[in-house]
Amino acid sequence: MLEIKNVYKTFNAGTVNQKVALNGLNLTLEDGDFVTVIGGNGAGKSTMLNAVAGVWPVDMGKILIDGKDITRLSEHKRAKYIGRVFQDPMMGTAATMGIDENLALARRRGQPRTLRAGITAKERAEYREMVKELDLGLEDRMTSKVGLLSGGQRQAITLLMATLQKPRLLLLDEHTAALDPKTAAKVLSLSDKIVHEHNLTTLMITHNMKDAIRYGNRLIMMYDGHIVYDVRGEEKANLKVSDLLARFEKVSDGEFANDRMLLS
Amino acid sequence: MDIMTLLNALPGAVAQGLIWAIMAIGVYITYRVLDIADLTVDGTLCTGGAVCIMCMLNGCNVWVAMLAATCAGLLAGLITGIFHTWMGIQAILAGILTQLALWSVNLKIMGKSNQAINVDKYDLVVSLRYIKDVPFYKNTIFVVAIIIAVVIAILYWFFGTELGCGIRATGCNGNMARAQGINTSLNKVLGLMISNGLVALSGALLAQYQGFADINMGRGSIVIGLAAVIIGEALLGKIFHNFALKMLAVAVGSIVYYLVLQVVIWFKVDTDMLKAFSAVVVAIFLAIPYWKGKFTKPAVAKGGNKNA
Repeated sequence: MLEIKNVYKTFNAGTVNQKVALNGLNLTLEDGDFVTVIGGNGAGKSTMLNAVAGVWPVDMGKILIDGKDITRLSEHKRAKYIGRVFQDPMMGTAATMGIDENLALARRRGQPRTLRAGITAKERAEYREMVKELDLGLEDRMTSKVGLLSGGQRQAITLLMATLQKPRLLLLDEHTAALDPKTAAKVLSLSDKIVHEHNLTTLMITHNMKDAIRYGNRLIMMYDGHIVYDVRGEEKANLKVSDLLARFEKVSDGEFANDRMLLS
Repeated sequence: MDIMTLLNALPGAVAQGLIWAIMAIGVYITYRVLDIADLTVDGTLCTGGAVCIMCMLNGCNVWVAMLAATCAGLLAGLITGIFHTWMGIQAILAGILTQLALWSVNLKIMGKSNQAINVDKYDLVVSLRYIKDVPFYKNTIFVVAIIIAVVIAILYWFFGTELGCGIRATGCNGNMARAQGINTSLNKVLGLMISNGLVALSGALLAQYQGFADINMGRGSIVIGLAAVIIGEALLGKIFHNFALKMLAVAVGSIVYYLVLQVVIWFKVDTDMLKAFSAVVVAIFLAIPYWKGKFTKPAVAKGGNKNA
């Protein structure tokens, strides 16, 4: 359903800061794939997600969703197919708008925005029920500005926003990395629940190898702007962190896995 | 320093404050809603006045002339928007460029640097002469207050629609807006257009009020607009949370600004220094939130992640 074909992206080309971020990246996702993505800093994980989301144009290659070429489609037009949650909890919500208003914005993703009401009374009731299911005690604060919420609460709301209008593809860019361990675990299990409920095709970046093994049906490891390891099904379920570390050392040519990967 | 001189001058100050309030609401839309400092307005105010006066001198009905002025303002905003989004020029520079170009445009519209309109020969909506000794429905303060009420009502409705919410989201968090399928470039252009449309409407009223349009009438108006926004927030920000009330606070801010100005003039302060005085006051008010963040200790973690 998602096809990334031979994609290249270089930042700051021709300067001393030149960085080849995607280096002939190829990836095909099947419908319903829940893929966890691991790799060291600078491996190109976030760059891959941003390329799919259309944050900037890629240098070469093609990106297709359901066979439709979206390579040249602008970011806001691709949003029709894609739900996103960012690493920074501040990034996924409008801080000065209410929880209900944020959800109403997300409900209208992929639809033309007209002079109809931005939010209706019927919607408010629906959103209240949805937020109640998150079990964060936010259902009585629906008109509170999102800026007043904690990082974990904001990520939960962003997750709801990303999936409110069922996306063809869900992109989770280390969305629990900025949270404390307990909150991170909660948001992660919530993500897993939502992905399974709606059978969403998902790409999830994580630095935590245990999480990468525990969640999803497929795991990919990136290094140097392309995919070096791709495993699915039973083989993936039977992986151990030590297997991944060994694999990582092999592809990185003896270079040690960075601290963040070892510690997590 | 006769207190009666001051009291006699106050209704005029209120009328001026109300007229500038429409301009200040326009500034509020760019500065607070879109998070853009748009300097186009210094030129747009004059454009609005010039278009209105020239239309009327050429036989237009006053309301048609004001509509034409508003449309000219929309156009000015469109140009700044195109400079900013399509050509990638920083918002502040895009505004300055349009403002500069408008100087020439305004001269061409008026044919010279100043065009007067005689209140006795033309049917004006507002005027210096309609402050005292006129029936209340003709009183400038009443008329402009009604116009402001209508403007606020329309804006309140608009910013509650899907389109309006998109503009608010664009100003608040562009990344989030794009991720939710909102065309942020288009929304910025729309916001700039609405803002400049209001500023031009304000210019049209101001030109009628003073009886002429002048090439310099918009100079420094962005500062007056910002002053109104921050005075309004300082006075009423704590109690006004609703969007319509926030715009009302801006209008109050504008009136307060002109009342204070009147008092300062009454104290026989050198009027040459008024603009410097305004600039310093606005600078200090703009600095307060920054200083607050820098020099006061942050309140110890407010609940934070505990219940996340």
